[in-house]
Amino acid sequence: MENPEKQKKVLLQGNEAIVAGALAAGCRFFAGYPITPASEISELLSVRLPELGGTFIQMEDEIASMGAVVGASLAGTKSMTATSGPGFSLIQENLGYACITETPCVIVDVMRGGPSTGLATNPSQGDVQMARWGTHGDHPIIVLAVSSVADCFSITVKAFNLSEKYRTPVILLSDEVVAHTRESVVLPEDEQIRVFDRVRPDVPPEWYKPYADNNRGVPDMASFGDGYRHHVTGLVHDEKGYPTQDPQEIDQFLRRIHSKISKGFNEIQVVKTFLMEDAEIFVIAYGSVARSALRAVRDARKAGIKAGLLQLVTLFPFPRKSVDTYLRQCRVAVVPEMNLGQMGREVSRVNQSDCRIVKHNKIDGQLITPDEILKHLTTV
Amino acid sequence: MLERAEIVRKEYLRHDKKFPHVWCPGCGNGIVMGALLRAVNGLGLDKDEVVLASGIGCSGRMPTYIDFNTIHTTHGRALTFSTGIKLANPDLTVLTVMGDGDATAIGGNHFIHAARRNINLTAIIVNNATYGMTGGQYSPATPYGSKSTTSVYGHVEHAFNIAELAVAAGASFVARSTVYHATHLEQMITKAIQKRGFSVMEVISNCHVQHGRRNKLGGAVQMINGFKDQSVTVKKAEGMSPEELEGKITIGVLADVDKPISTEEYLRIAGEAKEKADKVTKAKEKNGIKRYEE
Repeated sequence: MENPEKQKKVLLQGNEAIVAGALAAGCRFFAGYPITPASEISELLSVRLPELGGTFIQMEDEIASMGAVVGASLAGTKSMTATSGPGFSLIQENLGYACITETPCVIVDVMRGGPSTGLATNPSQGDVQMARWGTHGDHPIIVLAVSSVADCFSITVKAFNLSEKYRTPVILLSDEVVAHTRESVVLPEDEQIRVFDRVRPDVPPEWYKPYADNNRGVPDMASFGDGYRHHVTGLVHDEKGYPTQDPQEIDQFLRRIHSKISKGFNEIQVVKTFLMEDAEIFVIAYGSVARSALRAVRDARKAGIKAGLLQLVTLFPFPRKSVDTYLRQCRVAVVPEMNLGQMGREVSRVNQSDCRIVKHNKIDGQLITPDEILKHLTTV
Repeated sequence: MLERAEIVRKEYLRHDKKFPHVWCPGCGNGIVMGALLRAVNGLGLDKDEVVLASGIGCSGRMPTYIDFNTIHTTHGRALTFSTGIKLANPDLTVLTVMGDGDATAIGGNHFIHAARRNINLTAIIVNNATYGMTGGQYSPATPYGSKSTTSVYGHVEHAFNIAELAVAAGASFVARSTVYHATHLEQMITKAIQKRGFSVMEVISNCHVQHGRRNKLGGAVQMINGFKDQSVTVKKAEGMSPEELEGKITIGVLADVDKPISTEEYLRIAGEAKEKADKVTKAKEKNGIKRYEE
């Protein structure tokens, strides 16, 4: 029987909700380096992880943090790090290592103004394309964006689940506004939270091939120490994990790690729609901007304009199917972003209809207000 | 000896990988690998419980050939991965092999912090005074005046004394040996693995192909014999003046101190934190309140 008493509201900050989500998803290892505006995640986990039998460590820099995160995951523990732009730059090296070794882990980037030290305490969405392409070489990646405290909890759980299921690093993009906003949320009960753990091998150790293809394209993953001795390398490797120079094996491997993500598009590409059924004009937004956009859309509706919102939760792989559907339905798409058009260019890239794309880009370190978006909705 | 070599070949080498190995004939890496395997064998460690991590470079290829849990990480970062592995599963014996450039140039920061942190890890640094794999550029261990592909007029910088760097950074155990002293090397590696805390093993090795050739040090045999002539034991070195020690290699145990291991310290504070938290949770559960609602 439902106990309404249990569905209590709690007052949480975005960064705190990310911690709650990570712990609910089974994260038991965190390595990080202090940076604004992500530090609360470190601080809170340094309290909570020891209590839960997990491990917290503050490393000498973000390169080291990411190395430790990958190491812990290979030893069988769900692990994460959290940082902001300057640290995210340093993380790229070992992020690529996580991609090629197919090591599940979650990287939270609480975006602040850049480039370089930039604007340490101001919001931005300037790391979007870096999240997709920051580490070198063709690589698969999943990038999710949170827009509210409730998102911070549920999308963090989702990030861990996807990373475990697809054996891939998942980047969770937050921004300074979401990170430091406090609002009341109802967190789901433990039994309502679906947690996915990596599939472990059950064959005899001598049969185990750590990078062999299967119908999902995601090989079973053994941990160091559980009897399946195997080799892990950042070199392109064969299905046993040993370096290879064989063109066929190289091609096969690199295509598999990409196709395992595309096989999961239906599950991975998440969007939220608001008032889109009859919309003629719509906003495509993500992160804290999506909240301003929702307000603008509601105000526009009050003024008799058939406006809607397509909120992107998954930024990459770019949810082309959903975006395309609404580009065909509407005459105008407004894409507001706290950058110079990093997702706007993705929208333009997939646009094959007559839909006009209006980009609204703000890089002054201030969040985008509902009025700014509303102005577009009422004038286009 | 032959029998032990056979055990190593049969028990510890991987025979199902593609290449034979990437090392040049006469390379010291094979001697280090042999000593390492004999040490592990001598200690009776279970292969399932040993992790061998490496960075990038010639020494970085070592784990590929050995039948442990092995990981070939990114350049200079091996110790950070080892840290994560050890913290996530403290029951594992985690060995990390690095080159001189790997450990003290690109990985210098991780190296000194690992020493300061004192996690129960063993770092083996194969010091051949050059970046062999990329073509013989100068490294932080290249001697002053030496020629390399990036110091053709003679090197104008001074080399790190890697073992002393480790001592200064706070490593619990530091030893040095050379690839000439294969038995001594095995003994030192054994001690390093046995040591509770962060242990560093510097191995002076030869890269006759890159470093030796450009500096007229001869081939593998001459270089390795040179290490014999240059080496003095720690005990003997104590009675020598700095001038007499110029150009010498001090071999043996340079530091062996007992201090709290951070992994164990962490488990202690975590246990206390858990106990406290459990009390709070129990009290709150009585009132139907969940932990994260604070």
